[in-house]
Parts: sequence; C-alpha cells; structure tokens
Amino acid sequence: MKYIKNSGLVIFLIGLALFTVLPLLGSYKLTSKNFASYVQEQGIKSELFITSIKENITDRSFEGMYLFSTEVTNVLEKANTAHKKRKEYSKIIYAKPHDMAAALGKKAGTGFIVKNKVLLWFLTFGFGILGSLLYILPNVVLLGKKGIKNDGIYHENSTNKGWIAWLVFVFLVSFYLVLYFRSEYAVNWTYLVDPISENLSGNPAGHWFVYGFMYCTVMSVMAVRMYIKYRHNIYQVFRTTSVLFFQIVFAFLIPEIMVRLQMPYYDFKNAFPLDYDFFFQWNLKSLLASGGIGIFILFWGILLTLVIVPVMVYFFGKRWYCSWVCGCGGLAETLGDPYRQHSSKSLFSWKVERWLIHGVLLFAIVMTVMTLYSFFSETTTVLGIKTSSIQSSYSLLIGAVFAGVIGTGFYPIFGNRVWCRFGCPLAAYLGFVQRFKSRFRITTNGGQCISCGNCATYCEQGIDVRAYAQKGENIVRSSCVGCGVCAAVCPRGVLKLENGPEKGRINSTEVLLGNDVDLMDFMNK
Amino acid sequence: MEHIVIIGNGIAGVTTARHIRKLSDKKITIISAETDYFFSRTALMYVYMGHMKFEHTQPYENWFWEKNRIQLVHDYVTHVHAEDKVIPLKKGSPISYDKLVLATGSKPNKFGWPGQDLKGVQGLYSKQDLDTMEKIAPDNKNCQRAVIVGGGLIGIEMAEMLRSRKIPVTFLVREKSFWNGVLPAGESKLINEHILAHHIDLRLNTNLEEIIADENGFAKAVVTDKGDTIPCTLVGLTAGVTPNVGFLKDSNIAIKKGIVVNRLLETSAKDVYAIGDCAEQQEAIGNRRPIEAVWYTGRMMGETLAQTLCGNTTEYNPGHWFNSAKFLDIEYQTYGWVFSERHIKPYEQHFHWRHPKENICLTIAFHKDSNLFLGINTFGIRMRHPIFDKWLTEKRTAVYVLEHLKDANFDPEFYATHENAIVDQYNAEFGTSITPKKKSWKRIFNSH
Repeated sequence: MKYIKNSGLVIFLIGLALFTVLPLLGSYKLTSKNFASYVQEQGIKSELFITSIKENITDRSFEGMYLFSTEVTNVLEKANTAHKKRKEYSKIIYAKPHDMAAALGKKAGTGFIVKNKVLLWFLTFGFGILGSLLYILPNVVLLGKKGIKNDGIYHENSTNKGWIAWLVFVFLVSFYLVLYFRSEYAVNWTYLVDPISENLSGNPAGHWFVYGFMYCTVMSVMAVRMYIKYRHNIYQVFRTTSVLFFQIVFAFLIPEIMVRLQMPYYDFKNAFPLDYDFFFQWNLKSLLASGGIGIFILFWGILLTLVIVPVMVYFFGKRWYCSWVCGCGGLAETLGDPYRQHSSKSLFSWKVERWLIHGVLLFAIVMTVMTLYSFFSETTTVLGIKTSSIQSSYSLLIGAVFAGVIGTGFYPIFGNRVWCRFGCPLAAYLGFVQRFKSRFRITTNGGQCISCGNCATYCEQGIDVRAYAQKGENIVRSSCVGCGVCAAVCPRGVLKLENGPEKGRINSTEVLLGNDVDLMDFMNK
Repeated sequence: MEHIVIIGNGIAGVTTARHIRKLSDKKITIISAETDYFFSRTALMYVYMGHMKFEHTQPYENWFWEKNRIQLVHDYVTHVHAEDKVIPLKKGSPISYDKLVLATGSKPNKFGWPGQDLKGVQGLYSKQDLDTMEKIAPDNKNCQRAVIVGGGLIGIEMAEMLRSRKIPVTFLVREKSFWNGVLPAGESKLINEHILAHHIDLRLNTNLEEIIADENGFAKAVVTDKGDTIPCTLVGLTAGVTPNVGFLKDSNIAIKKGIVVNRLLETSAKDVYAIGDCAEQQEAIGNRRPIEAVWYTGRMMGETLAQTLCGNTTEYNPGHWFNSAKFLDIEYQTYGWVFSERHIKPYEQHFHWRHPKENICLTIAFHKDSNLFLGINTFGIRMRHPIFDKWLTEKRTAVYVLEHLKDANFDPEFYATHENAIVDQYNAEFGTSITPKKKSWKRIFNSH
C-alpha cells in the first residue's frame, strides 16, 4: 500500500513538473496567412502595427514564449504611442498586450507540443490524475476504520505550514498570476486541451478553458479524497457529490455546449454579485442580442439573485449555495480541505472579515448601480467618475487578485475559504439573510460541550464555534457556510446543523443545561 | 474591594471566575502551577494526535483575562493559612484573600505498585503529562511498546493517542470486561471488540504486579499477575484519579479523600470553598458519587459558587445526570441512570439494542413495575440533551420514550436512523405494540 502511494506521488510529481515547465518550452512561428486572418478578425486598422509585425515577427521562428511575447508587446506599444502622438485615435489598438501575445501565440505554436497534444495531455493531466489517485486510493485501507481522520495534521509539513505548504502556495499564486496577467504563457497548456474543447464547443481552447478543465479535474480527484476521509459521514458525501455535480455540469459543460449552440456562454448557478460582470454593458448587450435565450438568462440571473437565493437561504441556510452548489466553495471543500484548520479564529480576524467582506459587497453594488445608470442613460461617467475605470479596478482587485490569486493561492497558509470568508460579495449578501431571516442554525446540545476546540480548529470560516458551544448557545453566524465539519469532528455529539422553526433559533443562556433548574431560570432571565 | 482567590485554572475555577466577573466587580486572582492560561484538559489527547496545537485547546484568547480583570498568577501554592487568610507561594510573595476557592483538580491514582515512580511511568492528566508523553513516546522507534494500566476513560484515550503514532499498546484491565463497573454487559462487550479491532492488545482480568527499571531509572517492562513480563518504554497509569489535596495537609481544612464540602460548597474553614474534582460532598447527592471528577460537574459547581460569592446564596443542586465520552471511534452519551450489572438497582430493568453490523447500540433503563424511564446509554447515536432532560423531569415511561425517540435523535442530517428497528425489538421482547411517532419540531422546542 505504502509502495502504491509512493509511486503515485512520483507519477504525480512528474506530471506536475512537466506541466510547470511547459509554458517555457515550444517554438512559435506566425505565418503571414495566420496574421492576416488575425488582423481581419480584430479589425485592426493600424498599418504601422501590421508592417512592423510583418518585419519583425511573421515567418520568423521564436524559441520559447518569452522572445515572441516581448516582440509582440513591443510592436504594439510602439504603434500605439505613435498613433497617440499623431492623434490618429481610430488606429489605436485597444487589445491588452499580453492578451494579444496569447492570441497570436496560439496561432503561432509549432513543433512537438502542437503535434502531440494527446500524448502531452496524458503526460501532464493524465499523470497528475493517475498519480494522485494512486496516492489517495490506498487510504481506503490505510486510514483504517470509519471515523475522524485528523491524525497527524499538525505533524505533517504540508498541512502545518511547512516548506511543502509554502511551495504549494508559491505554485498556486504563480499559476493564478499567469492565468490573469500573463496568459500568453498558458498557450502551451491550451494545446493539451484543444481536443476536448473542440469536442465540446467546437472552438480551440483558451486559457480559461484550461482553467475550467483543470478546476473540474482537481475537484474530482480531491472529491475522491473527501469520500474516503468522510466515508462515515453521509452529509459530507452528499455535499461533495452535489458540489462536484454543479461544477462539472453547470460551470463547465453547459456553458461550453451553449457556445456550440450559438448561445451566450453562461453558468446558470453563478449568481450576481459573485458574477460581478453580469450587468456590465457588454454582457447586457450580448444577452439582448441573443434572442430568446438571452432574455431568459437575463431574467434568470435577476430571479436567481433576488428571489431564489434568499428564499433558499431562508429554508436551508447559505450552505445550499456556498457548500452544495458554488464553484469557489467546491474547490475550497475539495482541494482546500487539507488546509481548513488554518483559518484564524481570533477576534481581530473577525473584525477584519466584517470590514472587508461588506466593503467588497458595497463596492460591487456601487459599481453595478453606476453600470446600470450608464447603460440606461448612455453615458460613460457618473458624477465625473468613469464607469469603466471602476469596473476595471473591480475586475483587477477583486475579480483577479482577491478571488483568484489570494483566494486560492493562500489556501495552504490562511485556510481554504479566504475568498469566501473575507471577499465574496454574494456570501456577504447570503450572510445577511442567514443571520436575520433563516431557519438554519447549528444547534448546541445542552451542556455536553467539553471545550476541546476541535470544532473551532476545523471551522474553515474562522468561526470560534467553541465559544458558542461551551455556552450552550446555538451558532447563528452570517459567515457559516454549513460545511458540517464542526459537527463531524465533535467528539461528544454537541453540534447539529439543522433547519427548524425560527422560534428558539437564537438562544442565550448563562447557565448550561444540567444544573439546577431554579438557578437556570434565575440566570437566564 | 473583596478579593477572591481561586487556586486552579481548570474548568471549575475558571467558570467561577467568569461568572463572578459577570455578576460583580470583585477582585479576582487565579493561581495555577500548571499553565499560564486555561486550557481544556479533555483535549490534551488531540494535541498528541496532531488534530490540534496546544493553543487550540485554550478556549479564550490571551487578552481575555486582562480585559475581564482576572489576574493570573503562575505559581505553586504550598499551603493555606485559613486563620490568617493567606496563601504562601513557592516563588512569589504570599497572597491574602477574602474568599478562597480551591479548584485544584485531581491527580492520577497510584496504588503502591513497585516502580510506579520510575521515569516513563505517567498518567494523563496535566499539561506536564502531555509533555513527558511527547518526550518518551514521540514515535514507534523510540517507544516500541506502551503498557496502559487501568481500563477507564483515560486509559482508552491514552491507547488511542499511542495508536495514532502506530505505537504498539498493551492494555491491562483489572475487570473481566472493559469499564463494566459503569457499562452494562452488552455495551462493555461492544467496546472490547472495538478495542481489539484497533489492534490494541487488550488483556482483561489482568493486574499490574510490578514495573521493572532499566539501569537509568526508566521503566523497561511490566510484570502482570498472570506472570507475563511485557517489555515497554512507556507505562500509562490510568486507574482513575484522586483529589489533588496534598498541599492542604496541615491546613485545618477537613479532608476525607477530597476536600469535604456541604451543599453550599463551603469547606470546614471559614470563607474557603472547594469545587470540581477536588471537592467531596459530605453526603452524596442522589445517585451521584460524593466526588465527581467530571468536566460538567466542575463547571456546574463553578456556576453555582459564583452565585453564592456574589450574594445569591445557592446550593449546589445538579439536575439530571448526563455524561459523554468517546471510545476510539465510538461516541457515547448517557442521560439519567443506567447501571451496570455490578450496581444495578433492584427495581431496574434494561432494554438493549445493538445494530447487526455497525458499532451502534443503546440501553434503556426503566422501572420494572411502572415502566418509568430511568436513563439511556447510546453508542454511535447522538441524542438531544434537552429532550432527555425534559423526559426525566416529566417522569415519562420507557414506552413514551421509545414512541418519541425520533424527537431525540441528534445525528447529522441524512444519517440512517434506527428508531424503527429499536422499537420493533422492544415490541418483540415486551409484547407491546408501540409505533414510533414522526419527529415533531413542536415537541422538540417545548423542551427549551
């Protein structure tokens, strides 16, 4: 068993290493024909740009993306500067330099990688999946009997912020930085999944397809780990299955298939304001131009946020979204599960959390109000502030840096729900409903708590669960995503997630059950 | 301002301090020789097992004490001068008090075994015990076998801890079945099986004769009354605990096994109180033992004493008995009284149900003649404390309890439920025709 596990680890690491070096390999040769088609697709009017690309890039071979990308961004920058100087505003190219490098790079890739997509998919993704499954599956035997499997979590380097954890941190952060800011380096990754993308949507893969595919893969593999670890706990099994289903079907397959059917790309479970650009002008325009399905999506998106989400939170708590449906939650509950104990439980973090998450919600609302005002009044500024600059700063700061780089990259250090806890505007909105109008609570079982701290330690949302449990108070907190792990790890059967009548949901007690009744009445009044 | 000094920063002492602070402005000092800050003793095992770090066992952040004006003194009290209301300390200068609360807890029992004070022989009670265990038994290379002596709750916890580091464990239990002085036979049997399934070398009916030392004064083997010599590195003494009252020897405070207290938790000395594990009731309350070394009762005594100290004179009057524990993977809860065969009352009858495959069972105790519900033990099923508390107060029958058992289930959502099977078996055994009622939120909430 140990042997299988170790060989799995080796195979996984080979796959990971190859995947990691891939962005630096490969050769790029942009043919004049491909470039001409790009110019036509993009409607580029700058002859300065066109000639300069022809002189410096087309039909020349570049080894590695770095040289190619530097050349493309240089040419673009020079052309735009010249046009600005000459006030030829119609000729300025608004494409972002690195997006352009990625788009041209995708057309320009040649050689071994492009010719051996399937082989390389197997050597990277295939080895990754195979290796990690070989590493995880022996746990069915090695973990022993059904029960809580947290032995050694604080002795292991990887789960106790040791150097492995820091390496994972660096890897994840770099991965997100490439994805959001240097997508040209993801071009080689896109080739690996081209065959899959072409089968689904009919188009070659972009870097977001790589991300989507990888997301599903990672979640599926880590869900196997969850199933094994929590096989005694049917709530965890159910929840993991649900979140995996919604990721693969709703977030990945349906949008790709919709594209194939000439429909807008849309994830039906992604609710505004998590889906922060739902009301952006380009999206509204594209939906309105897509006929019946576009109108339906528009209607559905509004209904989802204003009616479905709060009504479901009333009945089931925000867990129905955050830990049964949501993609961010899904990754946190699968890939992030080994790190759940790192969320800080200090009062200070709770204060930071409340300022940050509600700040982001406010940001999202202000931005959307401005966006809608601009859309309907057909202006580009509100009170002298450019709507587009607010939008792009939200996209950069919240959409990319907070949700992606920090939200996932910091898993091994700050715990698996950094984004959900500190940043997600939808979670903040759901939290209000959960706190003030919901049937959901975590019931504390009378006086049975022994203050051991397992519940609080393993709360991914940084709730000091014990502080409530040891006072005999039910846990009614806006941030609780209802993962159910506090109840699972409790050695004394003190906690239960449940939906019940609102009466008695919030109970305040001074003296716990088990002590003399008169004293309890005296104190609790 | 009245100065209340509490010796011991366990659950009893800290609960007293917290409640005094809620109710008054009195000066509060807690003295402990064990740790700077309060921690949950019951969680020490999880630190060794790597589920938590030591700081996770501390229920309050470090700023809590200063903010609530609870002064913490890390020192050892050597004596109590009750006449002068002064307590001398080992390091610091003596502290005088207006009211003194003794909450010094327990220490592991030692029954005069040869070798019981060797290095590598220890109980599992204090932070220091955890530290020495970490040193002697860091892994299965340095500790090739451990022997645990005494089949109670701490013994099985210690076995679980050592097994988490793959250290072979021999478990010497005096009784012919694990914890059968407390658990009825069926449950005790379930735990025996579970211990064996965890590859623990369980030796029932076996006593410790002697612990043998190596040349450096470390334990190297134990000898049992069966004549076996078991080589080992660590010996865990877990044959119960005894009140930690040695420092009071010449202090004019009445002591039997523990510090003798009345229902107001007053000791024989004026303005000195004792609570928690170290206190011994003059007369046992109901079916309870005079000394209750249980987390919950320590907390309740703390809650009660704070009332008295703040002017609302209140007797210690615990409600219905309840307790819980975890035997390796099996959770145990009890409400009311279910006695083992050794202590069963003449009027007490048991109904026992066990799941055909899983480690799940329960025992309901009831009155032979009136069917009055006396108590329940559950293994692998969680139950609602408020519901059973209410049923005990309302003096319900066992039949009523079975009929409404679905109200009491506290297992996580989607778990398989067993009420129907339980009731079927009861019907078959007692010729009744009970049908379990559907869970009712209305009934559940009326218990709050």
